[in-house]
Amino acid sequence: MQRTLRVTSYLAIALVIFFVVMAFLVNLTPLGENTWLRVFFSVSALNFTLRASVPLILGALCGILCERTGIINIGIEGMMLAGAFAAFVAKTSTNHWPLMPSLLFGVAIALLVGGLMGLLHAIFSIRYRMDQIISGTVLIILAGGVSAYLFDRNAVAQGKFGAIAIPGLSQIPVLGEVLFTNPPLTYTALILVVVIHIGLFYTRWGLRSRACGEHPRAADTVGVNVNRFRYMNTVLGGMLAGLAGGFLVLEAVGQFQEGMTAGRGFISLAAMIFGNWMPFGAMGAALLFGYTQALQNELLLAGVTTVPRQFVSMIPYVVTIVAVSGFVGRVRPPAAEGKVYETEGESE
Amino acid sequence: MRLSVLRRIGYMVLIPILAVFSALLLGAIIMWIFGDDPLAAYRGLWTGAFGSPRAWSTTIRKMTPLILTGLSVAVAFKAGLFNIGASGQFLIGSVCSVAVGVNFEGLPAFVHLPLALLAGVAGGVLWGFIPGALKVFTGAHEVIVTIMLNYVASLFAAWTVYAGGTQGQTPGPLWDRTAGAISRTPEVFMSARLPWIVPEPYRIHWGVAIALLVALIMWWILFKTTLGFSTRTVGANSKAARYAGINVRWITILTMMIAGGLAGLAGAIETLGLNHRFAPEFTGGVGFQGITVALLGQTNPIGVVLAAFLLGALEAGAARMQFDSGVAADIIQVIQALVLAFVAAPLIIRQIYRIRKPSDQVETTVFSTGWGR
Amino acid sequence: MSTSITPPVLEARNITKVFPGVIANEDVNLVLHKGEILALLGENGAGKSTLMNIIFGLYHPTHGEIFVNGKPVVMKSPRDAIALGIGMVHQHFQLVPVMTVTDNIMLGDESVKNGLLDRRAVAERIRALSRKYGLEVDPDAIVEDLPVGVRQRVEILKALYRNAKILILDEPTAVLTPQEIEGLFEVMETLRRQGESIIFITHKLKEVLRIADRIMVLRNGRVVGEADPRTATQQQLASMMVGREVILTVDKGPAHPGETVLEVEGLCATSDLGEPALRNISFQVRAGEILGVAGVQGNGQTELVEVITGLRRADAGHVRIKGVDMTNASPRRITHEGRSSHVPEDRHAYGMVDSYTVADNLVLNQYYLPPFAKGVTIQEAAIAAHARELVKKFDVRTPSIYTPGGSLSGGNQQKMVVAREFSRPIQLLIAAQPTRGIDVGSIEFIHNQIVAKRDEGVAVLLVSAELDEIMALSDRIAVMYKGEIIDVVDRADATREGLGLLMAGVKHEAVR
Repeated sequence: MQRTLRVTSYLAIALVIFFVVMAFLVNLTPLGENTWLRVFFSVSALNFTLRASVPLILGALCGILCERTGIINIGIEGMMLAGAFAAFVAKTSTNHWPLMPSLLFGVAIALLVGGLMGLLHAIFSIRYRMDQIISGTVLIILAGGVSAYLFDRNAVAQGKFGAIAIPGLSQIPVLGEVLFTNPPLTYTALILVVVIHIGLFYTRWGLRSRACGEHPRAADTVGVNVNRFRYMNTVLGGMLAGLAGGFLVLEAVGQFQEGMTAGRGFISLAAMIFGNWMPFGAMGAALLFGYTQALQNELLLAGVTTVPRQFVSMIPYVVTIVAVSGFVGRVRPPAAEGKVYETEGESE
Repeated sequence: MRLSVLRRIGYMVLIPILAVFSALLLGAIIMWIFGDDPLAAYRGLWTGAFGSPRAWSTTIRKMTPLILTGLSVAVAFKAGLFNIGASGQFLIGSVCSVAVGVNFEGLPAFVHLPLALLAGVAGGVLWGFIPGALKVFTGAHEVIVTIMLNYVASLFAAWTVYAGGTQGQTPGPLWDRTAGAISRTPEVFMSARLPWIVPEPYRIHWGVAIALLVALIMWWILFKTTLGFSTRTVGANSKAARYAGINVRWITILTMMIAGGLAGLAGAIETLGLNHRFAPEFTGGVGFQGITVALLGQTNPIGVVLAAFLLGALEAGAARMQFDSGVAADIIQVIQALVLAFVAAPLIIRQIYRIRKPSDQVETTVFSTGWGR
Repeated sequence: MSTSITPPVLEARNITKVFPGVIANEDVNLVLHKGEILALLGENGAGKSTLMNIIFGLYHPTHGEIFVNGKPVVMKSPRDAIALGIGMVHQHFQLVPVMTVTDNIMLGDESVKNGLLDRRAVAERIRALSRKYGLEVDPDAIVEDLPVGVRQRVEILKALYRNAKILILDEPTAVLTPQEIEGLFEVMETLRRQGESIIFITHKLKEVLRIADRIMVLRNGRVVGEADPRTATQQQLASMMVGREVILTVDKGPAHPGETVLEVEGLCATSDLGEPALRNISFQVRAGEILGVAGVQGNGQTELVEVITGLRRADAGHVRIKGVDMTNASPRRITHEGRSSHVPEDRHAYGMVDSYTVADNLVLNQYYLPPFAKGVTIQEAAIAAHARELVKKFDVRTPSIYTPGGSLSGGNQQKMVVAREFSRPIQLLIAAQPTRGIDVGSIEFIHNQIVAKRDEGVAVLLVSAELDEIMALSDRIAVMYKGEIIDVVDRADATREGLGLLMAGVKHEAVR
């Protein structure tokens, strides 16, 4: 277990170094004249990767928060969609405000609605003991239905978050463009990875949360209120998924479309599994998935038509299947996942 | 002596009825909150579903694929598997049956039609086999794999009918050359179409009969045969199934293949009976609805037929409802989500209506036991 | 006892606890003084664990009061109990396997510095406690890597870390070897010397007489009496526990072994965690004899039974039934062709399907055979007739044969499993923990059935963690330790002490 983890981290580090080196070579030397190398390593490909990864990172963090406390969440997709729609409604109804407050209001509402979706999932699966996978399915259908029912197809959101260049760091060639010239929610997602990692493994909250997901009875017998932690973390997780939806509307696309999450919630779930329920692992997996989407985009831009675009679009989904097939058994989900925890009257 | 059995059956019927009632009520409240008139909406819904012979025929038409996708999900549930992939299997089934239907001109109908139907079933079986086999041999959870295969299926289906692009991309193999820039297949030959039972304008085809017959067969297999006993045992307790000498791996794969085949058949019937062609806008939404149908029908094939009828009626009435009352038809999806929520958590219904659970009722299967093994 | 000047550290008055349909505790009174070991004796289901869970705040009493140091207290959760100085070592360890000892011990009572966990300070305190009470443990070890005895120490440390003055030990000896038990008793004596008060829950008479200062006996949720360990005898305690004179031995004649039925040779297998679970195991069971497999739980007995019955793959070696090679054969072939029966150790996981009716459970591994199936169709009438006959013959108490098996009592569920497995013509019976967690009446019934099978000429392999059961039923006894059969002795030559040493891995010529 430990060794697999170490080998994976070394591999990840090696991969990162490889990409940095190639990015420098392709973007600063004549190597960049090669179409294929440009497809794989150009600044635009790397930028696209990051942009495509942000919702996946946030979604995977949502999954980690829920599952580390023992609540399975396949409803990330629905939470994201609800967040996106909420952000859109908030943004369009405050179009007359100055841009920044209006966008921030959109973020706040996305967080709120995402949190409410999390609360609903928690109530269904804890209070009403609904099977957690079915509860997630309910959220997905519900979010799809409500957003379509209430969607005003004539509304237009005006403006979206722009890039903020971090002084100094953004001047670094290539890296500055890719990492330090991004819109605010992108930075937020990256910071959240660090924050949640520290939270989970170095704080009281994290220790207790993980205990609830691994052995709820043990947590209960030392006075940890298991279901309170599960409620709390599912709501927090829902907020992160809501933020992912907010990102799509307020930072990436600028508008809402029905079903615009397009499976990102599910891919987040795969990123979480692939990343062994670790924030950095999940981020790595999300970047990988994001990269496959970037490739698809770059291939289109480069006019490569030898492969039909539908097959290129399949890549992230196929990679997900390969990932969950190849890695289950080598990763280890929280032991008490998906099981209802009851104190009274339980005999063991 | 059999009284307890009767009580259990009564409970199994009561919960879905109350679930539907509560969902409609809550749906009405939602409409009212957002300024719609629920009474007008439900009146339109009723008219659209049952108000005239045409309405009835629409309900029956909408019910048909739902029976099969509902069975697909229900059969998987029985073996302890969650098939979210019915929509992908539906799409592959559609495409495969169309592929046969637009080729082989001149074959007699009694060969061409069964061949086309069989192709649809085979496509679905393959699409069900993949998650089944991956689960057995690698431990990959069928929920994630089937969801991903839905996307792959829809992209694959889109490619087969792709009209090509402005940059000179090759069109898909099933594309209708006469359609210009529109991505769709040609119509299937007459010999591959399911004949009408009641012709235009009612347009009820023999697919209904097939679906009902299949439901009956599935009921017989599940409850009256040794294969059904094995399948249900695997779903209720896979360890006990192993102990009892049942080949759990084989049953898992087989069940996913049957589930896929049922959804594939739904796709084939829908294209060969009704649309007569495939176009990318035919989504596998009925596959996703199969989940609600299966749970509303308490995973029992007979219950599935009743649930499909109900959801078919909702679908059938939706258009009329929007036309008559101006309420967006999408509210139906909200109501369906609520139905699903209420049947999946009988505790909510029991608390609202203060119903006691029969003391010897044993809880239903749980799927969410982690993504590993 | 009420003459002491200081109030008792713990007192429970008139405790009643009602679960839906069951009265688990009725009007129970309990007094615990400072620095004493009170033994709470009772058989499975007597209400011991419920009472302790109430004292630890996990359950809330329906009626009654609890006093700590003379003051009435209300405990809403374990947190309250812990704050009052009550610590509990649960029968099933409440430790998170993937976390370190330090994390486990501080969980719920963490030291925090600058908002982050102060693991170093906690580890330091654990080391200090270890030294004080003689409970050696490495704070940085991951719990799942530790042997059972050490995990128990971690549990005790967890209570002491929270300054527990009252320790509840719930069946602490169930998972230990006789030698480890002695070690635990030494720790308990140290704790008593340091002024701790201990409630020791068990159903084992000898242990009670060895360590307790006072004995309280519980039966059907009620206190049926107290006893003084200096004067009480095992027979007295036993009859208090069960409410009648119990037959501690099973009535059986000498064995008449025939030809070899089960032959195991050089068997090796791997556990779920990927570690070797069986190392080169060989033995034989002959027709008409009972071979008992003794050993502390987790020494490979589970895996041994699983490999023989086809539920787990053998990595090497052979299993033969009447000379036919059945190594890695399917469970169905072993049952059918090998004419064998298997009473699995975990009846809920393997032996039955909770949601199935009694009738269906009774044909769980025969449903595909005539007369229960004709071709591919299930014959419900035959299944029902079969069920009616067995329910009567094996005295399975159920409202109807269509009642779900999961709603029967534990004893009746086990009788249902036994009925199914004992009612076919067989040559080999594999019974794993056949009487675990069931009432005395059912135990007696099942023991007699096993002996009856032996006398019919069936070869019986009996695996049990209860040494008394092994001693009472077996004709020969094999002892397993760390995946090996360390020795096989004749029943006539076996003593508890000798078997205990073998179970601890000490192979001594003096045993013979």
